[in-house]
Amino acid sequence: MLKFILRRILETIPVLLCVAAMTFFMCRLAPGGPFDEDKQVTVEVRELLNKQFNLDQPLHKQFIQYITHLPTLQSFKYPNRTVGEIISQKFPVSAKLGFFAMCIALGLGILFGVIASLRPNTYVDYIPSSLAMIGICLPTFVMGPLLMLVFSLQLGWFPATGWGGFSGDQFFASDMVLPSVTLGFFYAAYISRLTRGGMLDILTQDYIRTAKAKGASGLRVILKHSLRGGLLPVISFMGPAVAGLIAGSFVIETIFNIPGLGQDFVKSAFNRDYTLVLGVVMFYATLIIFLNLIVDILQVTLNPKLKFD
Amino acid sequence: MTNRIIACGALGLLAGALVGCGPGSKPVEQGTLNKVLNITVGTEPEDIDPHVVTGVPEHHIITALTEGLVAEDPVDLHPVPGTAETWEVSDDGRVYTFHLRENAKWTNGDPVTANDFVQSFKRILTPALASKYSYMLFVMKGAEDYSTGKLKDFAQVGAKAIDERTLEITLNSPTPYFLSLLNHYTWYPVHIATVEKHGGLTRRGSGWTKPENFVSNGAFKLKSWRLGRKIVVEKNPDYWDAETTKLNEIHFYPIELETTQENAFRAGQLHNIYNLHIDKIATYRKEHPDELRIKPHLASYFYRFNITRKPCDDVRVRKALAMALDRGSITKNVTKGEQMPALFYTPPGVAGYTARARIEENVGKARQLLAEAGYPDGKGFPSLELLYNTTEGHRIIAEAIQQMWKKNLNINITLQNQEWKVYLDRQREMDYQICRAGWTGDYPDPNTFLDMWTSWSQQNQTGWARDDYDGLIRKAAATQDPDARLELFQQAEEILMDELPILPIYIYTRVYALNPAVKNWHANVLDHHPWKHVDLEVKAAQ
Repeated sequence: MLKFILRRILETIPVLLCVAAMTFFMCRLAPGGPFDEDKQVTVEVRELLNKQFNLDQPLHKQFIQYITHLPTLQSFKYPNRTVGEIISQKFPVSAKLGFFAMCIALGLGILFGVIASLRPNTYVDYIPSSLAMIGICLPTFVMGPLLMLVFSLQLGWFPATGWGGFSGDQFFASDMVLPSVTLGFFYAAYISRLTRGGMLDILTQDYIRTAKAKGASGLRVILKHSLRGGLLPVISFMGPAVAGLIAGSFVIETIFNIPGLGQDFVKSAFNRDYTLVLGVVMFYATLIIFLNLIVDILQVTLNPKLKFD
Repeated sequence: MTNRIIACGALGLLAGALVGCGPGSKPVEQGTLNKVLNITVGTEPEDIDPHVVTGVPEHHIITALTEGLVAEDPVDLHPVPGTAETWEVSDDGRVYTFHLRENAKWTNGDPVTANDFVQSFKRILTPALASKYSYMLFVMKGAEDYSTGKLKDFAQVGAKAIDERTLEITLNSPTPYFLSLLNHYTWYPVHIATVEKHGGLTRRGSGWTKPENFVSNGAFKLKSWRLGRKIVVEKNPDYWDAETTKLNEIHFYPIELETTQENAFRAGQLHNIYNLHIDKIATYRKEHPDELRIKPHLASYFYRFNITRKPCDDVRVRKALAMALDRGSITKNVTKGEQMPALFYTPPGVAGYTARARIEENVGKARQLLAEAGYPDGKGFPSLELLYNTTEGHRIIAEAIQQMWKKNLNINITLQNQEWKVYLDRQREMDYQICRAGWTGDYPDPNTFLDMWTSWSQQNQTGWARDDYDGLIRKAAATQDPDARLELFQQAEEILMDELPILPIYIYTRVYALNPAVKNWHANVLDHHPWKHVDLEVKAAQ
């Protein structure tokens, strides 16, 4: 397994370099620059700004400087912050939102999926399955405002925007509920569909019938015998899902005004904030590669048919 | 068995739904009690260094923290004593002598001296800092030359510290709006020693603007700044006029999305909605008239013509296009925010100036002009593209105008939207035929609207240049008599409206909402609200 992990890490390096080069050069090819504003600056000032931010250097030199000094580079848009500072301040927020959403997604998704699979094609199946269908069909930008309207504006249970309570530092605050539920519900819908499918496959297997014949209790059959196999599709889905969840959702972060990194992912490109774009993209690329590695390891551990090679 | 699992699931769901229930006291109610104002000014400020930033959100935060030589009256914004207690103007209107007050202090205890101002002016004009807004100081003698590097010796620039507390500023020409200009943050002082300590005077984005380092001289001081969350400023007890300051704290939240601002306002988290969405105006008018505010704004919405390209190189075409619009219908049915249809460019009533020139809305004449230009009934009219930045509000206006031109002139134009930076780039490179634009005045004087159409202005971007226009603007800058000066602007605007390198559409309004508990918040065309006067009153809060 160690050899497998080492090999995967080595493979990562060229992938990251490619991602960096593509991001860097695509940004530079896009028209407009970080200093284009409503009120145009004079040619002299523009040249001085370019000099100050090293934009007057040849591109390849800039690229090398960017990839070697990325975390300590200044953001173009927020000059008193470095790329590293911005990511380290904002990523924990996105990660926490993702974590809560994932708990909701897995909890609800697996529960609904299992329930639905136990009595296929009866109302016990139809109700959670239709709920899941609604969850998949309702985009987060509809779901979010809808929940906000009901639970925040009408009932007044939760704040409409914000993160971390009034002080902004609480581990769990009521303003985290609505965004987590909005994001979590969307993934819960997928997970319940996947769980139901996976479980239906497993529940008809011979070894399940054997376990039942042996006199194992229903709960034991589900938890011990079925789930391990039934959740395999969920596990493969979790790799990209976790990445998507903790990468922060631009939509959710914008609707609920959450100070996460998902907003910067999109806005830094619009702002032509060359350093921050590269920083955020590289950060996410690394994260996704790492998560995929974990999923691969998990899959092999759960499925004896697979091997590390 | 399975029933038990189903029951467990239902219980789990119920428990989940109940977590976090129970209403807490809302930030706005608490804030009003404790004199803490919770507001949003739109986007996250890029920085709070007055010599580096250019934006409006930055303005709102910097004016809470820093004070210039003069301050603004909360009602009509006329200049009132700020850091300078008194001042005199020379007979020729070119030399201002400011006497700084003795008890003006920086938040670290240092006195605010005349030299602080001189060094601050020097900093923003230093070429290496590359300040985008340094041109605001160009009315000062030698400032422009120093900023372009032509002048090396700052002693030649018209800013002198006569002694600790006396500052003399010499201008190029008498500038009637000079005192108002001093309220622009580019003229604000910074604590030079602090800036120097954190990476030097000419490094933008050095750490001096972080809360732990920031030193300022205003009614409030910086308490905390958490990126994407909020900026908190608290009352500065050592401020010379601390008695006037009503609020204990102001929390500035960066909320960009209009609907999110509104939700936060409705949920009792904010005292204001910075921009109210046009779809909500009718609802607020009916249900919350005490919260809705619609006020004239010192800003003009217009289109630029690229006069170096066909067909807009022909003044008859430009006139025909300008005459064939029904601006009243656009403001009534499309923008819906009580904007004023603009038949001229400069917003009316600025420093006693309302343009005499008028565009005539006349479809018959427009058709005739188009025919004279060689396109009778729109026949043979070349392809024409209207460029705007991708925003719903601009799209619906462009579509209305497209329809009006089709109906009135029988010409077809295409609409093209581009992402903000691409749009700016194409405008700068003059790679457009017609493009959307807007201009917000920097100070309350017609000059801020009219000097941008001179041949030397970076903001022109139309390819249009006229010697007589340039001459009038130059002459106005050198004229001391106020009436004669405004008359020169009248003549300039007449040329502008006769030549029409631009197509004025409407004068902006600010449409926002404010909690009735907020007091001493006066509407004015610049949308400035001197923070030390703003108050919160418990009685009016629900």
